Amino acid sequence: MSPATALRDQPVTDDLVEAHGITPAEYQRIVDLLGREPNVTELGVFSLMWSEHCGYKYSRARLAELPTEGPQVVQGPGENAGAVDVGEGLAVVFKMESHNHPSAVEPYQGAATGVGGILRDVFTMGARPIALLDSLRFGELSDPHARYLFRNVVRGIGDYGNCVGVPTVGGEVVFDDAYRGNPLVNAMCVGLLRHDELTKGATGAPGNGVYVLGASTGRDGIHGASLLASSELSDDTLESRPTVQVGDPFSEKLLLEATLELIERDAVIGIQDMGAAGLTSSSSEMASRSGTGIAIDVARVPRREPAMPPYEVLLSESQERMLVVADDAKEPLLMEIAEKWDLPCTRIGEVTGDGTWRVVEDEVEVCSIPVAALVDEVPKYVREVGRPAYLDEVQAWEPEEGWLAGRDPLDDLATLLAAPTIACKRWAWEQYDHHVQTNTVLGPGADAAVLRLRGTRRGIALTVDGNGRWVWCDPRTGGALAVAEAARNLAAVGAKPLAVTDCLNFGNPEKDRVYYQFVEAIRGIAEACRALGTPVVSGNVSFYNESSTGAVHPTPTIGMVGILEDLEKRIRPDGALPGDILVELGGTGAHLGASSFLKEVVGTVAGRPPAADLEAEAAAGDAVRALSAAGLVRAARERASSSPSSARPASPDDGA
Amino acid sequence: MSVRIGVVRFPGTNCDRDVFDAVGSVEGSEPVWLWHKERDLEGVRGIVLAGGFSFGDYLRAGAIARFSPIMEEVVAFARRGGPVLGICNGFQILTEAGLLPGALMRNDRITFVCRDQWLKVETTDTPFTRHYSAGQLVRYTVAHGEGNYVAEEEVLDRLEEEGRVAFRYVDETGAATDAANPNGSLRNIAGIRDEGGNILGLMPHPDRAMSELLGSGDGAPVFRGLVEAAA
Repeated sequence: MSPATALRDQPVTDDLVEAHGITPAEYQRIVDLLGREPNVTELGVFSLMWSEHCGYKYSRARLAELPTEGPQVVQGPGENAGAVDVGEGLAVVFKMESHNHPSAVEPYQGAATGVGGILRDVFTMGARPIALLDSLRFGELSDPHARYLFRNVVRGIGDYGNCVGVPTVGGEVVFDDAYRGNPLVNAMCVGLLRHDELTKGATGAPGNGVYVLGASTGRDGIHGASLLASSELSDDTLESRPTVQVGDPFSEKLLLEATLELIERDAVIGIQDMGAAGLTSSSSEMASRSGTGIAIDVARVPRREPAMPPYEVLLSESQERMLVVADDAKEPLLMEIAEKWDLPCTRIGEVTGDGTWRVVEDEVEVCSIPVAALVDEVPKYVREVGRPAYLDEVQAWEPEEGWLAGRDPLDDLATLLAAPTIACKRWAWEQYDHHVQTNTVLGPGADAAVLRLRGTRRGIALTVDGNGRWVWCDPRTGGALAVAEAARNLAAVGAKPLAVTDCLNFGNPEKDRVYYQFVEAIRGIAEACRALGTPVVSGNVSFYNESSTGAVHPTPTIGMVGILEDLEKRIRPDGALPGDILVELGGTGAHLGASSFLKEVVGTVAGRPPAADLEAEAAAGDAVRALSAAGLVRAARERASSSPSSARPASPDDGA
Repeated sequence: MSVRIGVVRFPGTNCDRDVFDAVGSVEGSEPVWLWHKERDLEGVRGIVLAGGFSFGDYLRAGAIARFSPIMEEVVAFARRGGPVLGICNGFQILTEAGLLPGALMRNDRITFVCRDQWLKVETTDTPFTRHYSAGQLVRYTVAHGEGNYVAEEEVLDRLEEEGRVAFRYVDETGAATDAANPNGSLRNIAGIRDEGGNILGLMPHPDRAMSELLGSGDGAPVFRGLVEAAA
């Protein structure tokens, strides 16, 4: 049975509960919380809010290990995005999010709406988005399906970001058979605001009006968060194409401008993106943050299609919509600004004082659920699992005596530089507008992107990094190294790391091996973030990245933001001149375990990644910045795992 | 008194703020927003149509924007000899509005292209290019999906004869090669002017070439010329 077809009066049977991804124990908990059996609409609502995607039921307890505080933190986790101070009254708002399963099913729309969602998370906070970055994983380019995904994901990212007018300034692309059945598409957005512009998803007092601003509601994306994002991909998943949303970047651009104008002119009390789980999660999360209730009449929600039952209106993930709260005094200005940008704005309900999430259709009650039951009572699973046996096997790898005998180093180097993961990604980033808004001092192809902060001498540096192979071979070390590499990339342009957003891509956490990888990788990330002084201010967990070809490599992606107090002192990647002295700072000796050389040249994934010496990492970063401040550095590169330029950029036309 | 220069905003325009800043950087100028739904030019003496995706470019780039109320006034202003600069989507709108000949088709490579681009200044006989020398090489950014300039042979010949090709895509040596052409434009044409010389349309972005910090300051003379012509 497909839950997407569930209608208003359908009886709630055991089969229907199971089809909603709710276990018998979870169902009993729902009955206890309500003091009665839920109806089918309420069942759908719980299946969304208690999904891993919305409720973080397997991850929440572990995420608590991450450091989230520091003097630079303006907004930590819990809001639509995190924020850090960058001086002169300015703050940078940022977050990274995955759109893996939608992109696996429909790469163009999946990637495009991934960009759309992360943009909304940032401008909802009152920040103008100033940069996008992407971290992508596909199967090997020799696989035609991987080429199809690569081509269309890049086009989807480009078409969306280009149209909205936010530059895509950096990112990474990795090709590995581990991602053949399940690509990863992680998008990071960075926005800028003055501290006093920071806006939160709050409801204010009972009696305030609740409005939908933007696109009308259709049948697209129903159960995107609960079933598509929170279960493994199977051969039937292509049939879930209707659960992928369709993006309209032009509407997004209007919504962006309208939202920023609403905030600037003080026309709203609170505002929240209607992203994953749509009206249901946006309204219940706003009420939860403010300790209020909310009452919505679904009959007033503008629809794209006739005869949509409340179930569909509440669960739709139609894009380019915002939930807005305003009082009577603000309503006229709210309507005026919506009309200016040609966006429909409709009052659909009120804030209430009873802590209940209540939905009616005309006069008839459809749902009545305590807000806390939806948001705070999500089951939390903490599992005790042992170290999986495969790690002993993988880590036991040692080079045999004379194993490199007879190899031609120059040939091997050529093989390595031609590997699509290492080759230049110009084919991709030339399709992204990386200059619009005219802040891009250093764009794609460098260790880190650098943007100026207009009206100041300052700049920010941005990077996204992850190495799933290292995490697979040693989850804890791999997690720490992802953070360390990001910090190194920022140091290479002379920036000081400030904070992190993480996107944690793993397989099915109900499996011991995956859960172990997750727990250990978080531990490594937490250790590195503490050592390098970069708290985690936002992020996203993506589980169930599995298909018939198995789980993806555990791939935490780290997005890091750094500060350059004086752009004139930045380190230029191409500043070197003939005769300059080349120095290696830090260094890991002749380490080859879990290396690109082993994978791309020898054809094996084994061994341990280099040890994460976090004190040395911190010292090396400080040293680079000190040398640069003293005017002693003409150019720097992170000891890179990818090449800024090569004769043959990686493109989907290769390998055919 | 400062010279008022209008920057037109359509829904979907996204280089508006870049152009606003570029205009504002010229001494003696005052950039002014012009909203697409209005008919009042607010006393501006020059107009810029900025880049972006007006109305999403869902029909054909620039095809809907030309029907905006403000465009009637822009067309009348241009026909009276007022200086009008159209950049990227603005160039597309000028051709759709019939102020410049030809059309901008989808790039021959199909995909959007964003890169640094060498251009050759082919005419200094416009207010926008008068601060360059003829044949000078300048570097701007291109960023578009529909920049492939086409026109009938006779039109192209006339443009060449009358010195109305303003910019050509070239390599760093100044050669107008296929490899240097980012979008398949006929005769490597990157920008053209009208018969009177007061209207200029081009795909590359002088508004993104305003600072060495961002890679090039070569675009500044265009805005200086605009403001002087409007004064």
